[in-house]
Amino acid sequence: MKIHEYQARNLFRKYGIPVPDAVVCHTVEEVEALVPDDGKLRVIKAQVHAGGRGKAGGVKLARTKAEAVENARKILGMDIKGYTVEKVLVGNAVDIDKEFYVGLINDRNNKAVTLMVSAEGGVEIEEVAKVSPEKILKVTIDPMMGLMDWQAREIAMRFFPDIRHARTAADIFRKLYALYLDTDSSLAEINPLVITQQGDVMAIDGKMNFDDNALFRQPELLEMREVTPDEQKEIDAHAKGLSYIKLDGTIGCMVNGAGLAMATMDMIKLYGGEPANFLDIGGSSNPQKVIDAMNILLSDKNVKAVMINIFGGITRCDDVAKGLITALDQIKTDIPIVVRLSGTNAKEGLEILKSTGLPTVKTMSEAASKAIELSKI
Amino acid sequence: MSILINKNTKVVVQGITGRDGAFHAQKMKAYGTNVVAGVSPGKAGQNLEGIPIFNSVGDAREATGANASVIFVPAPYAADAILEASYAGIELVVAITEGVPVKDMIRVMPVLRQRGTQLIGPNCPGLITPGECMIGILPGNIFKTGNVGLMSRSGTLTYEVVNLLTENEMGQTTCIGIGGDPVAGLYYQELLQLFENDPDTKGVVLIGEIGGDAEEQAARFIKERMTKPVVAFIAGQTAPPGKRMGHAGAIISSGTGTAEEKIKAFAEAGVPVAKEPSQIPGLLKRLLDK
Repeated sequence: MKIHEYQARNLFRKYGIPVPDAVVCHTVEEVEALVPDDGKLRVIKAQVHAGGRGKAGGVKLARTKAEAVENARKILGMDIKGYTVEKVLVGNAVDIDKEFYVGLINDRNNKAVTLMVSAEGGVEIEEVAKVSPEKILKVTIDPMMGLMDWQAREIAMRFFPDIRHARTAADIFRKLYALYLDTDSSLAEINPLVITQQGDVMAIDGKMNFDDNALFRQPELLEMREVTPDEQKEIDAHAKGLSYIKLDGTIGCMVNGAGLAMATMDMIKLYGGEPANFLDIGGSSNPQKVIDAMNILLSDKNVKAVMINIFGGITRCDDVAKGLITALDQIKTDIPIVVRLSGTNAKEGLEILKSTGLPTVKTMSEAASKAIELSKI
Repeated sequence: MSILINKNTKVVVQGITGRDGAFHAQKMKAYGTNVVAGVSPGKAGQNLEGIPIFNSVGDAREATGANASVIFVPAPYAADAILEASYAGIELVVAITEGVPVKDMIRVMPVLRQRGTQLIGPNCPGLITPGECMIGILPGNIFKTGNVGLMSRSGTLTYEVVNLLTENEMGQTTCIGIGGDPVAGLYYQELLQLFENDPDTKGVVLIGEIGGDAEEQAARFIKERMTKPVVAFIAGQTAPPGKRMGHAGAIISSGTGTAEEKIKAFAEAGVPVAKEPSQIPGLLKRLLDK
C-alpha cells in the first residue's frame, strides 16, 4: 500500500522528524485563500502515488500569489503516470545548502532491514543505484538490536562533517527506523534530507510504502488508503480470494496459482498475443470463484478471447470442470473461451467439458495458440 | 538418497485442527509420510484419524521424537509458530501459511540461525521426496522417484513442470517449493549445495520468477560451485514493472528484478533457460546424456 507525500510528512512529524510546514489544498480557491502576497518563495507539489513528479511538471515554484494560483491551476487535474492530481501540497520553499538521500527497505538477501544513505539527494535513487551504486552506503540493521545509537551516529558522521548536523541526522535515522517498524513499512524514504542555509537538518520530501500482509494490524494506515478505479478492482478481487492485475492486451487469462499465471502470460506473448491481465484464482474449484473471475475478466472491454489454464493438484480437474459448467451457465458471453485442464483427473474433467462444446486442450502451448487464433476472428 | 526429508522423517502438524491443517495432515499420511503428531493448544489427548494431538510442539516432540514440523496456523500467528518449533528443537520447519507480515519473518530469522533451525517458506507448497515423505500440500500422485532435484518459487507452476518430468520418465529425488515471499527460509544456494552433495541427484531444475536477485546469485553459484547440470525457467517475462515489486528490493542488488536480467545471468553461467515449461525435460535430458 502506498500513501501520499503529505501523509508521509504527517507520520514523520508524529515521530519527531523535522519537516517544513505545508498545507494540502484540493482546489485553486483553497490555494488562493491560503497564500498571502508576501513575496516569499513557495513550492506547489502534486500529491499522487507516482514517482518522477518533478519531471512530469507536477512540482512548481511560485514567487507571488498570482503565480501560486496559476501553478495550482496547472497542476490540479494533471495526469501523472495514469494518476489524476486531486491535491496539491503548498508550503514555503526551503533554502537548501546540501541534499541527501535516506531510505529504509526490507532486504531479501540479508533477511533484514537495510538503511541506505547517499549524498546524491533530491534525484531518483534508482538512477544513482544504476549509474554509480558505490555512492549509496548500505547498512544492514540487526533485527535483534535495531538501529543502534552509535551505528546511526557513525553513518551520519560520514555524510555530515559538522557534528551538530550529524547528531540531528543520526536522530532522524533512528526515528525513521522506529516509524518503519511500527507501521510495518516496506519502504521509507526521505529524499531529500537537507541542510538548510540556516543550518537546520530537515526532511523535505518523503515516501512510504507498507506491507499489505500487515494491514490487518494497521487500522490507522487503512484510513489513509486512496485507490484508483483500477486498484479498486484489484482490491475487490482480492476480497473474493482472487489476485487480479489489469494489463493492456486482448487475451484474458484465468489460472490457478501465481507462478503458473505468470507463465501463462509469458506463453501468450511468446506465441504472438498480448495478455489482458494476470488472474490467479487460487487452489479451489468453487464455482463462485470462477463466476467472480469471469465477471472481472469480461468487464475488461479489450478482452477478445479467454484462456482458462488449470493444473489440477489437490484440486481435481473433474471438480474444476463441474465448477466451470455451473459458472458458464450463469454467464452468457460471446467471447470465445479455451479451456486447458491438466494434472489430477484431467481426462475425466475434459470428458465433462465435452458437453459444453468449448474448445478444450491438454497443453499450455495449445491453449495459448488457440486463444490467440480465436481472438482474431 | 534425497535431501532434507526421507522415510525416517517424523512430522508434527502445527494447526492440525484447522480446516487446512486437518485436510492436509490426512493427505500427507495417506501419501505415506510419517505424521507422528499434531498440535492444537487446549486439545491435548484428542486425535485426528489416529494422529495424536498435543498442546505444544515441545510436548509433541518429547512424546514422539518429531524432527520436522509443518505450519498451517493463520498468518498473524505463523511467526510465533515457527519460533515455537525452533525452541522445541525441531530441525526442519515448513511454513505453508500465506500472508505472513515481512517484519515478523525478519524478526524470527536470527533466532533460527542461532538455533540451527532450517526453514522452508512461508507461503510455500512444501517439499517431497517421492515415495518416502511429503510435507505440505503437494499433489503426491504427480511425483515419481528418480534423480532430478527441483526447486521453485511457485506452486502450480512446479506441478506443471513436475508433471512434464514424470511424463518423460524423469523422476525426482526431492522437490522443494521455497515460497513466494520476499523474506523466506532456505533458498536456491543452500538447496543447490544440498543437491550437489546428494549422490542420487544427477541434475537440477530451478524455477524462478521476477523480483529480487536470488536467481542472479544462484546463477553465479552454479557457475562457481556446481558440477551437476542445471536447467532454469523464469516466470513473469511479461509482468508489468513495479506492479508487485517496488523498485526498493532492486536498489540493493543494483538490478531491477526483471526476467531479462535473470535469463541473462543464467546464460552467462552456461545454464540453459527454457522458453516455456514444456522445453524443460528435453533440455535437461540433453545435459544428462552428455
